[in-house]
Amino acid sequence: MAETLVLIEHDRQHAKRPSLHAITLARQLGGEYALLVLGHGLDEIAASLVSYGACAVLVADHPALAEPLADRYATVIVEAARKQGAKTLLGTSSTFSKDVLPRAAALLDAPMVTDVLAIEETDGSISYRRPINAGSILATIKVEGDRRVLTVRATAFEAPAANAAPCPTERFAFDATSLPSGMEFISREQRKSDRPDLTEARVVVSGGRPLKDKETFERLVGGLADALEGAVGATRAAVDADMAPNDYQIGQTGKIVAPELYIALGISGAIQHLAGIKDSRIIVAINKDPDAPIFQMATYGLVGDLHQIVPQLIELIRRS
Amino acid sequence: MKVLVPFKSVPDPNDATVAGAAASMPKSVINPFDEIAIEEALRIRERGEAAEIVGVTIGASAVDEQIRAALAMGVDRAIRIDDSRALDPYAVARILRALIEKEAPHVVIMGKQAVDDDSNQVGQMLAGLLGWPQATFVSKIEFLDNKTRARCTRETDAGLEVVAIELPAIITTDLRLNEPRYVSLPGLMKARRKPIEILSCDQLRVTVRPLTTTLSTSRPPKRAAGTRVDSVEELMAKLRGEAKVL
Repeated sequence: MAETLVLIEHDRQHAKRPSLHAITLARQLGGEYALLVLGHGLDEIAASLVSYGACAVLVADHPALAEPLADRYATVIVEAARKQGAKTLLGTSSTFSKDVLPRAAALLDAPMVTDVLAIEETDGSISYRRPINAGSILATIKVEGDRRVLTVRATAFEAPAANAAPCPTERFAFDATSLPSGMEFISREQRKSDRPDLTEARVVVSGGRPLKDKETFERLVGGLADALEGAVGATRAAVDADMAPNDYQIGQTGKIVAPELYIALGISGAIQHLAGIKDSRIIVAINKDPDAPIFQMATYGLVGDLHQIVPQLIELIRRS
Repeated sequence: MKVLVPFKSVPDPNDATVAGAAASMPKSVINPFDEIAIEEALRIRERGEAAEIVGVTIGASAVDEQIRAALAMGVDRAIRIDDSRALDPYAVARILRALIEKEAPHVVIMGKQAVDDDSNQVGQMLAGLLGWPQATFVSKIEFLDNKTRARCTRETDAGLEVVAIELPAIITTDLRLNEPRYVSLPGLMKARRKPIEILSCDQLRVTVRPLTTTLSTSRPPKRAAGTRVDSVEELMAKLRGEAKVL
């Protein structure tokens, strides 16, 4: 039995680091928590999760779960939550959990709160703070009933320490023949990149519409990112113009990042984009428009032409 | 094939951001992701794959303006579920389930999230309640096998993914699916003659009560504007010395 069940996401090799941040909220909530991981061939991933202070690591390992199809996954997650008697089902915001957890919430007949930033306690009951309207407003949400589903913003919670005595891993048995079968996985884009993951990188370099085309984008944004061993991000406009793939998009409807250093190249600073970067420690903006709104929140701003400044910057970094 | 498109009326996200000043009463628009859903339904009908597009929204009569906009885009008929409460995504999903059981569409297409609440829940909850397949964050839809299945490209954190789902199903739209058309004047004229059916939760035999409530709202702390630097060298010096990130 566990008060809280934390869904852990993985890429077949490793647990995704941001997904571990939900464990930090599980600790703040108090009570026992179990971790749940779904997929096929999970031995190593499960073994990597035993020291996070959970009461157990539940492993739903089956060929039917080889791909994260929402109908099957939600069914298994709900079964696990019921068996544990979990009051809170928890995950970290990502396209994976956003696909699967609301479906699980409906099957559990429970309300859900997306993108939790913090918990607040008033009169003995817990409420949740979350951003709305592209992060321009913070709302404090109260939930009725004794069951709930939450996703957390990884950037709002620290990574948990992995220093607890190892807990048991338990194979979670379920009836695979009764899983829904209306969804079929066809393919996934295979794009190899040596760059760090956008949501885990220490440095992120991002580009906007003025980069003009794919080649220029790669040469300037990619080139600067590589010089700093950072990840590459983009604005919606750059993705819409096909300069960068969709999974580079940062902002309200894309990824949320909070690196040590965020460098914005040719980004004017629409609130939808700023919603995804404002917790970065240092923000550098390089833009030729001195009135661009991003200069109002950048730690350092440099007005000028990207095509001259960025190659100089790459050169200076490489020389040092 | 019958396509159902649920849509939400939201404060215009472009209006609210003008010079960073929140207008006291920003005008309302169809949620941009739902507008993409409407556009996709129109394109499916124009390809000859759908015979009817039904739009549905929940709200008081103030949302009739957005209903007219949807009809003017080309939606065939619209339903307004008359409920002016502050509903949460699960309550919305339960109301929509009742309507879907009545309307029996072959496919439901809707935005992946509303840009005011940013919850990204209703489509997936609806699919769970109905026991239907779902394809979320979709940037391409093709119907297969005599329209018994759909092949959908999804935008995920790791790049594009393709799934095939059996119909009926729920599809939620992402930004790259299409660019919605502008409403034409003849479209507006036609929209005036199109029916808007008004239903209550009682008529749909559904009782919902929101289980989440907003206790309070606040403005997040603003990041202070920093320093302007005049050269690449000065920037490098700041990043090394002051910020210590290089």
